[in-house]
Amino acid sequence: MSDLTLSSTTSSSNVRARRGFGRVVFYLTIFVMCLMLILPVIAFFINAFAFRWFYPQFVPNEWSLQAWERLRLIPRAGDRSLEGFISLWASVPDVVSALGLSLFIGAVVTGFSIIIGLPAARALGLYRFRGKRIIEFMVITPTIVPPIAFSLGLNINFIRWDLALEAAGFPLDLSGSIIGVSIVHLVPVMPYVVLTLSGVFANYNPDFEAQARSLGAGPVRIFWDVTLPAILPGLFVAALFAFLVSWSQYLLTFLIGQGRVITLPMLLFAAAGSGNNAVIAALSLIFIAPAILILLVASRFLSGESSAVGGFGRV
Amino acid sequence: MKWERVRIPLMLGPTMAIITILFFGSLGFGFLQSLGYQPQIGNTGFSLDAYYAVMFSERSASQFWPGLALTLWVASASTFISAALAVGLSLLLRRTFFGKKLAVFLFQLNLPIPHLVIAVGMLLLFAQSGLVARFAGELGIIDAPRDFPVLTRDPYGLGIILAYIWKEVAFFGIIVMAVLQSLGEDYEAVAQSLGANRWQRFRTVTLPLIMPGLMSASIIVFAFTFGTYEVPRILGVQHPKMLPVLALEYFLNPDLNARAEGMALSIIIAVIVFALVFLYMYVSARTVRKS
Repeated sequence: MSDLTLSSTTSSSNVRARRGFGRVVFYLTIFVMCLMLILPVIAFFINAFAFRWFYPQFVPNEWSLQAWERLRLIPRAGDRSLEGFISLWASVPDVVSALGLSLFIGAVVTGFSIIIGLPAARALGLYRFRGKRIIEFMVITPTIVPPIAFSLGLNINFIRWDLALEAAGFPLDLSGSIIGVSIVHLVPVMPYVVLTLSGVFANYNPDFEAQARSLGAGPVRIFWDVTLPAILPGLFVAALFAFLVSWSQYLLTFLIGQGRVITLPMLLFAAAGSGNNAVIAALSLIFIAPAILILLVASRFLSGESSAVGGFGRV
Repeated sequence: MKWERVRIPLMLGPTMAIITILFFGSLGFGFLQSLGYQPQIGNTGFSLDAYYAVMFSERSASQFWPGLALTLWVASASTFISAALAVGLSLLLRRTFFGKKLAVFLFQLNLPIPHLVIAVGMLLLFAQSGLVARFAGELGIIDAPRDFPVLTRDPYGLGIILAYIWKEVAFFGIIVMAVLQSLGEDYEAVAQSLGANRWQRFRTVTLPLIMPGLMSASIIVFAFTFGTYEVPRILGVQHPKMLPVLALEYFLNPDLNARAEGMALSIIIAVIVFALVFLYMYVSARTVRKS
C-alpha cells in the first residue's frame, strides 16, 4: 500500500510501480494458465496412486499401488521381488500386450507411410505437372472429412474383400486382424506424412543430386549421402506424427479390428465406463507416456514449422 | 524420355492408391449403401429413404435435430473459445521472461495427448466428486458434491466443450506462436511509434497478421470437433447425442435398415462439414479481396 501512495507523487516512480505490479499479475496469469492446462495430467497422477480417496479430501490421505496391481503391472505387496516381477510380466498382462500391440502397429504404420509417402511428397514438392491441384486436393480431403464418414463404408468393404479373397483361394482375413488395422491406419496418417514431406521437398535443391551423379554416385548412394541428410529433420517430424496419429486411433481400430485387435485405446475406452478412477488414471498415464516423450524429443524441431504441426489436429 | 513421362505417376501411385481405394472407395461405397444399395440382402435399387428416415421419421427426427443442434453448438463453441484463449496466451508467452521455456513446454504438453485421454481426464476433473469439485469444497464454495454444477455427461455438451478446449488451445497456440515468431515485432513497433495504444495495435496490426493461420487452424478444429466419436461418447448423455455417436449407434444396430440410416447420417455429417468449410473459404477469400 505504501508503495502505491508513494508512487502517485512522482510520475517516474509511478511507472515503475505499475511495472512491478504488472509483473506480478503477469507471472500469476502465466502460472495459473499453465497449471490449468496441465490439470488433466495432475489428476491422472493423483488418481492413479490415491487410495480410499473419499469426497471432501482434496489431497488423498492414503496412497497405494492398487490400480497398478489390478492392471497386473506390479506384483502384490509380498511378491515385489525380481522373480515376482518376472513371473507376473511373463504371464503377459492385458496392458502389456495392448501396449506392445499399439507400439507394433504404430511402428509398422510409420515405416510404411514413410516408404509410400516419400516419393509422392517428392513429386508434389519438386515438380509441376498437370493435375497437381487435384492430387493435392485428394491428399488433403481425408484431413477434413470426419473419420466416421469413411470408416463405416470401409468396415463393410473389408468384409466384402475378405469374402472375395477367400472365394479366390487367398483367405487373408483383413477384417479383425492386425494387418487390416495397420492398413486402415494409413488413411489418417498418409496426408500428414505427404504434406509434411512435400513441404520439405519444396525447399530442397535437387541440383546436389545431379552433382553427385556427375561424380559417379549411384542412386542408392545419392539417396543415402545427399537426399537423406538434407530431409532428415522433416522426415523425423513426419515419422513422429505418423506414429502419434496411429497411436491415438480408436474408431478405426474398433471397427476394423472387430474387437479382436486390442490396443491401448480399446482398454482405456472400456475402462472409462467402469467408474474405477484409479485404473482409468493408471491406463491414461501409460497411454500418454510415449506421447510426452515424443514431444520432448520433437519440441526443438517444431518451432516455426507450421506446415508440419497440422498433424496435431488429428491426434 | 519415356521414363520421364511415367516417373511422376509412379511416384504418386502408391499413395494415391491408398487414398483412392481405402478413403474415396469407402466413402463412395458408404454413399451407395446410404442410398439403399445393399446387394447382401438383395437391394440393388437406389432411393433416398434412409435420408428421409434419419431426418423426418418419427423415430429418428427427435434424435437427429437436437443432435445436429448440439453438434453445431459444441463445434463452434469449442473452436471459438480455444482460438481466443490461445491467442491471448500466445501473446503473453511472446514476451521474454524467467521460466519462459518451461511455460512454453507446459503450454504444448496437451498437444500429443490423444483426445480420448483428455476426455477421460475431464471425467476425473469435473465430475461432481472430481478434483475441481474437491478444490471448490476446500475453499468453501460448495458444501456437497451435488452443489457442483453437472459438467460431465450433461445435456448441453459442456464437458465435451471443456475437453476440446483443453486439447485445441495447445493446437491453436503452436500455430499462432509460429506465426508470431516468423512476423517479429517490427510492425507493432511501427504502430506504437505512430501512437497506437495496446488494444489498437492488437486490433489493427497483430490480429490481421495472425488471422490466416488462425482461420486455417479453425477449419481443422471445427471439422474435427464436428466429426469425432470418442469424446462425445465418453462425455455425452443419452439424449441428445452428437451426430457421430448417433451414426455409429445406427450402424451397429443389427437391423440392416438402421445400418443404411447410419451410413446416411455419416454422409450427412461429411456433407455439412464440407459445405461449412467451403462456405467459409468462399467468404474469407471475398473478405481478403475486399481489404
